[in-house]
Amino acid sequence: MQSIQGILEFIDQIFVNLSFWFSSLLANYLPEWAVTFIMMFATVLVLIVFGLASIIWINIFERKILGRIQDRYGPNRFGPWGLLQCVADMVKLLTKEDITPSRADRLIFNLAAVVPIVPTFMILAVLPFGRGMVATDLSIGFLYIVAVGSLGTIGIFMAGWSSNNKYSILGGMRTVAQMVSYEIPMVLSVVGVILLVGSLSMVSIVEAQGQWRLPFIVLQPLAFVLYFTAAIAEVNRSPFDLPEGESEIVAGYHIEYSGIKFAMFLLAEYVNAFSICAIATTVFLGGWQGPILPSWAWFFLKAYALYFLLIWLRGTLPRLRVDQLMNFAWKTLVPLALANLMVTALVAKLVPQHSLVGAIALLAANLVIIVCIVIVKYPRWKQDKREVVLVSRPPTPQMESS
Amino acid sequence: MTKLKTETVTLNMGPHHPSTHGVFRLILTLDGETVVDVEPVVGYLHRNHEKIGEKNNWIQNTPFTDRLDYISPMNNEFAYVLAVEKLAEIDPPERAKYIRIIMVELNRVANHLISIGFLLNELGCFFTPMFYALRWREMIVDLYEMTCGSRMMPNYFWIGGVSADLPEGFLPECKELVSALPGFLDEMEQLITENEILQMRCKNVAILPPEVATAFGCTGPLLRASGVPYDVRRAEPYSIYDRFDFDIPIGTVGDVYDRYLVRIAEARQSVRIVDQALRDLPEGETATPKKRKFKPPEGDIYHRTEAPKGELGFYLVSDGTENPYRYRIRAPSFVNLQALPYMCRGNKIADVVVVIGSIDITMGEVDR
Repeated sequence: MQSIQGILEFIDQIFVNLSFWFSSLLANYLPEWAVTFIMMFATVLVLIVFGLASIIWINIFERKILGRIQDRYGPNRFGPWGLLQCVADMVKLLTKEDITPSRADRLIFNLAAVVPIVPTFMILAVLPFGRGMVATDLSIGFLYIVAVGSLGTIGIFMAGWSSNNKYSILGGMRTVAQMVSYEIPMVLSVVGVILLVGSLSMVSIVEAQGQWRLPFIVLQPLAFVLYFTAAIAEVNRSPFDLPEGESEIVAGYHIEYSGIKFAMFLLAEYVNAFSICAIATTVFLGGWQGPILPSWAWFFLKAYALYFLLIWLRGTLPRLRVDQLMNFAWKTLVPLALANLMVTALVAKLVPQHSLVGAIALLAANLVIIVCIVIVKYPRWKQDKREVVLVSRPPTPQMESS
Repeated sequence: MTKLKTETVTLNMGPHHPSTHGVFRLILTLDGETVVDVEPVVGYLHRNHEKIGEKNNWIQNTPFTDRLDYISPMNNEFAYVLAVEKLAEIDPPERAKYIRIIMVELNRVANHLISIGFLLNELGCFFTPMFYALRWREMIVDLYEMTCGSRMMPNYFWIGGVSADLPEGFLPECKELVSALPGFLDEMEQLITENEILQMRCKNVAILPPEVATAFGCTGPLLRASGVPYDVRRAEPYSIYDRFDFDIPIGTVGDVYDRYLVRIAEARQSVRIVDQALRDLPEGETATPKKRKFKPPEGDIYHRTEAPKGELGFYLVSDGTENPYRYRIRAPSFVNLQALPYMCRGNKIADVVVVIGSIDITMGEVDR
């Protein structure tokens, strides 16, 4: 029994121990400041390599699942079960001609391809991937995520503006409007959780869920739904993929990009989509906590389960229109997030922390809000039902035409 | 706050655009995201169809009509063949008439499936409903392949009948398909019709009032969705449509959502007709004896039929020779397309592609 626990502990801490071993190895030869410096670089390197490598399986995962949703196989040519398709795609994208339109603003156009990907990797720095597995535990973790995450907007707008194409500027404008609007409900929905935790640090958010013995999705189901909806819009995924709106503005902001620069946008999009799942896992699903399996396995399991939800939505839902998108953010998500915040603040003050009673009270408060929405909205859903009228018209006798 | 000076933007959409159903160009005048004006430009697929039709002889024109609306080739052949038969006063055998109805109505189902699939695709469904619809369309074209060897360009109808009798195994497979199709339509409706986003996008978008629709000369599902129960199969029954029992579905508002609902309802009605035709299918000959050189008597004829997209008419003038003197097509897509600017004004860009999808055009037919 003891030995099994030992093995589990070893697997759980394998990455932490590795970094420990590496730094102590360096400490034999180098002064302390150099070790710190090198370790920082090593951590960043690991994160970036992880981010890039994860594209390979995220991409194949997404395409396989989408294929199944759409009643087809998905990629199955290259590698076993088509698992290496992403490699083939990368080779293709890298060997494509890199076009800069003659009328484009060259500097901004080329810069814009790099800008969105930087904040994407910066977000990964504060995410606790497992017990003790965090690159840097910032005390303002969530604030940092929000601040850095919104930087991507600038890159996308730069791309839209500098391409000197009307489709891309439409895409760019849509992106800015959408991201600015959806950031507000996204942040507001998490503020409820932060109230319960009393800290912005991502590590303490995870630990607080250990103290409650419940993931915050149970305490704050509405906030989870609000956060996830807003976050999908934030990373421009279907049904909020207006900035690229394939069928309307063709590809939106990256319409003029080709080859590796186009791949950069794709990369940023995939890593972004993964990071919102990872943030949702950390904040609402208890992060790396879970029985038996090593902590990092739990984290990735939960994050990829959420990613599956993203793929599922992409495969099934139609797209919103631009005015409806704004209405949805400002008239539905923001009021709900505010209501949730107020109710949470009130209930959290009244009930004891880290107790079952408190959890039930918070859950009940959330359910009350959800029931209120249904009562207000349901009559409208009901009355809007529409059907065709079937006219049974007897055939007029056949006329003799001249 | 001072009032900002704004100006409109001209955006060229197409001819290479994923949602214009071929090579169709739109010159949009935009005020931000709102469409101020639309100017459709057609003609990128013009290939002298009508003039070539005059050079072909009467029989060669039958396969040539397949190229008009390549989504529903059987309907094009049907319209042409009926016009010629009316001109030459040929009466095809009973069995051929029933086979034709089966083919044409199956084709209507296939067309509406594709039309709904594309509409949902343009709404941003990322191909899922499209693939579902195509799977069933595939079964229908499989039946065509079984009968005449070709899936899209069947050349199955001949003047005075059909080119071959139904093959062995057609009837059981067709019956199976017909009994399964309503189930698929139910499934499709269950999955997507009640969807909140679909309803938001489609309801009260691009309303076409019945008077405007008739003024533009719109026909087919577009007109019926506006609430006018005009269907050539009922208003002026041709072939043997007066023997079948079916209803005309009409919409109540005339928006994109109604067009979507009307198409699904029409597909159901078509399945009903096929079902009745399969039940009543008589035995016997499938074609009148064929002449090597077909020469209809002098005269002219206009014959209209209800194609899936609307009223498809052929105006044929014969001078008694092997070739038609004039071969003119009234293409439903082309006429229905005229209502596009009316429906798009004041809507958003995203609605423009949805409206095109809801009109259901095929460029092969628009440009001829």
